[in-house]
Amino acid sequence: MQQWQPTTSHQNRVARANLLRTIRAFFCQRDVLEVETPTLSQGTVTDEHLDAFATDFYYGSTGKPVSLFLQTSPEYAMKRLLCADSGAIYQISKAFRHEGEGRWHNPEFTMLEWYRPGFSHVELMAEVDALLIATLDTEPADKISYQQAFIDVLGLDPLTATNHALDDKMRCCGIDINAPETLSIDSKLQLLFGQAIEPIIGRERPCFVYGFPASQAALARINPEDKRIADRFEVYFQGAELANGFYELCAPDEQRRRFAQDNEKRRAAGLPTKPIDEYFLSALEAGLPDCAGVALGIDRLLMIKVGARHIQDVINFPVSRA
Amino acid sequence: MANYSTNEFKGGLKIMLDGEPCNILENEYVKPGKGQAFNRVKIRKLISGKVLEKTFRSGESVEGADVMDTELAYLYTDGEFYHFMNNDTFEQIAADEKAVGDNVKWLVENDVCTITLWNGSPITVTPPNFVELEITETDPGLKGDTAGTGGKPATLSTGAVVRVPLFVQTGEVIRVDTRSGEYVSRVQK
Repeated sequence: MQQWQPTTSHQNRVARANLLRTIRAFFCQRDVLEVETPTLSQGTVTDEHLDAFATDFYYGSTGKPVSLFLQTSPEYAMKRLLCADSGAIYQISKAFRHEGEGRWHNPEFTMLEWYRPGFSHVELMAEVDALLIATLDTEPADKISYQQAFIDVLGLDPLTATNHALDDKMRCCGIDINAPETLSIDSKLQLLFGQAIEPIIGRERPCFVYGFPASQAALARINPEDKRIADRFEVYFQGAELANGFYELCAPDEQRRRFAQDNEKRRAAGLPTKPIDEYFLSALEAGLPDCAGVALGIDRLLMIKVGARHIQDVINFPVSRA
Repeated sequence: MANYSTNEFKGGLKIMLDGEPCNILENEYVKPGKGQAFNRVKIRKLISGKVLEKTFRSGESVEGADVMDTELAYLYTDGEFYHFMNNDTFEQIAADEKAVGDNVKWLVENDVCTITLWNGSPITVTPPNFVELEITETDPGLKGDTAGTGGKPATLSTGAVVRVPLFVQTGEVIRVDTRSGEYVSRVQK
């Protein structure tokens, strides 16, 4: 049985070590503090399309078994540090998502996440670009709004498009799927983005896409000038979705409302609802400083760095060999 | 036949689509960080031969197709059916014209072909990559031409027409690549 062996080359393992060293030097130079937070948590994400691994803890102080979730990102715990006046922080940690594997996906992966008090998403985009230049030696990135990308490539305004127009466009793009009418508008937009836009942006240099529809805000604040969009950005490079960043939502009431809405969507879709992280909401009530934050997939960054075709080439033991 | 979930998708898996057995050529799992997961799949329909792309919601399940490949020797045609035999069990199977299709011109007695069976019935017949056939008719070439510039058409014993070098003559046996339909070499008798 050859399955015990790593799927990586020694060369790629060295490249990972070097990449991590470069990242740490980058943040050290900028006076961003490295932190650690737990990977197990009593609360978890409520997103309809994000699932955490769950496990049971039998030795809690209450004497009753407690469900604990493996983090899908260290976001809530890191924001609690920010609420406790940590200042600028970063973390390199494992994140876990209960979903399939693929060329760009392993259920357990390494994530770099950092937060910048006093930064807007625009300033943070500039810092992400600087990190890409430092690690991948890229040219300065392109920037385009989500709306403009759709208009340029598909001649369709994603903020006003009707279901009918989206269905037509999917057909034109050759997206053949059963019962397309049952997909949400956001899923249709994401399919179109993946099929038609992703392949042509960020080829030569990274591309930042900003101003996602408010319905895909996640934990980003809504743009004060245009309520239809959120101050959220993503970074695409050579076919990979590399990073996702927010001008962070600070308002605890709105955050609670979004969690409840997510759970409502889960219920409607016949999915189990998820326990809300009350520690996180209490921290927001104490006050999250004005800040921007971003999460970046290190395995994907490394794939691009070494020119790997599959994520297995950079993860020693992917889930099939874990 | 069992159902397969998208998690089980991989190249070579046979599934049913629009009532036709298909072979999965490529499968890509796509999932935006915050979005719904899909499988983007490239599929070949095994009867029509059409290649197409299809998107599935991750977790969706599809019916498997009972498709298998078997190696059988070509025996003869009775005009309507083409008869093949398993050289180990001597079991015989008849494929119709639709299953044989254009490959009829590469069928050589006793050559072992790959027969794809769906629910036990032949749907495609794939000849060996190389077959040897006799030239029944070609224009006499110029003596001394060995460069084979341009070549000339030659009709083979099965009716196939291939381009051959000018020095190749009627009555000779040649080796042909069935995938490209191109002349490879002369065969010494």
